[in-house]
Amino acid sequence: MENILDQIGIENYIFLSVILFCIGVFGVLYRRNAIVVFMSIEIMLNAVNLLFAAFSTYHQDAQGQIFVFFSMAVAAAEVAVGLAILVSIFRNMHTIDVGNLKNLKG
Amino acid sequence: MIHIPDIANATPIQILFSVLSLVTLSTAFLAIYSKKPMHNAIYLVICFTSISGHYLLLNAQFLAFVNLIVYVGAIMILMLFTIMLMNLNNENEVHKPRITRLGAIVLFCLMCLVLISIFMNSKPIADGSYDVTGEDYQSIKILGKILLNEYMVPFEFASVLLLVAMIGAVLLSKKEKLEK
Repeated sequence: MENILDQIGIENYIFLSVILFCIGVFGVLYRRNAIVVFMSIEIMLNAVNLLFAAFSTYHQDAQGQIFVFFSMAVAAAEVAVGLAILVSIFRNMHTIDVGNLKNLKG
Repeated sequence: MIHIPDIANATPIQILFSVLSLVTLSTAFLAIYSKKPMHNAIYLVICFTSISGHYLLLNAQFLAFVNLIVYVGAIMILMLFTIMLMNLNNENEVHKPRITRLGAIVLFCLMCLVLISIFMNSKPIADGSYDVTGEDYQSIKILGKILLNEYMVPFEFASVLLLVAMIGAVLLSKKEKLEK
């Protein structure tokens, strides 16, 4: 069975992942809705996961995919705790605009 | 080092990759740009599904289905429930100053430029030949063996992490009792 990267090329996966990651960074900077900021973080994590999988195929090595599993587990834990924090912020302040969360400002 | 793909002689797999990439990038952008939180979530579901398609294209079936289950099935449902719980549809997002938007767009362009030029000018990683050893390296059997032999301790720590996250989420989202 021939390698899929023969037809696509690893550099196309690199470009796709880079642009996806930059879209995630753009989302974190552009939006102030905390849920959308969370979604942008998920997009960034997915871009990195995709690159891990592509390089795992490139090197014919399973370790990259194992790393993706761990990153998915951490992402799931992060989202669960983060959304719980968001819910409690919303309950206390009735907004999730990150521009309003400046209680720590001196 | 960038080779422009020949559009006229594109193989079906190249066409599939292009279409999937287009769907991924456009829905990721729409997921950020759209104003309504519900639409954001739906676009993000499409984006994650297309990333699962990329994994299938790379012949990583287990990864594709885990991605589908964890991201589309669990994380996005959690986000959808949170959005519905908060009832944010009354569009209370304030208008941002123009300088913030401009800064975000400029940073997006600059970061794309810098990262892509780094990857293009680095050591040519792809010289056009990809070795195929023929041995199986990404079936569920092999992945399970590696996960439970070499990565046994991280695996257990991941389960502890998920347990702690679950307890933390329950504690955080519980209503606080009034002080006596």
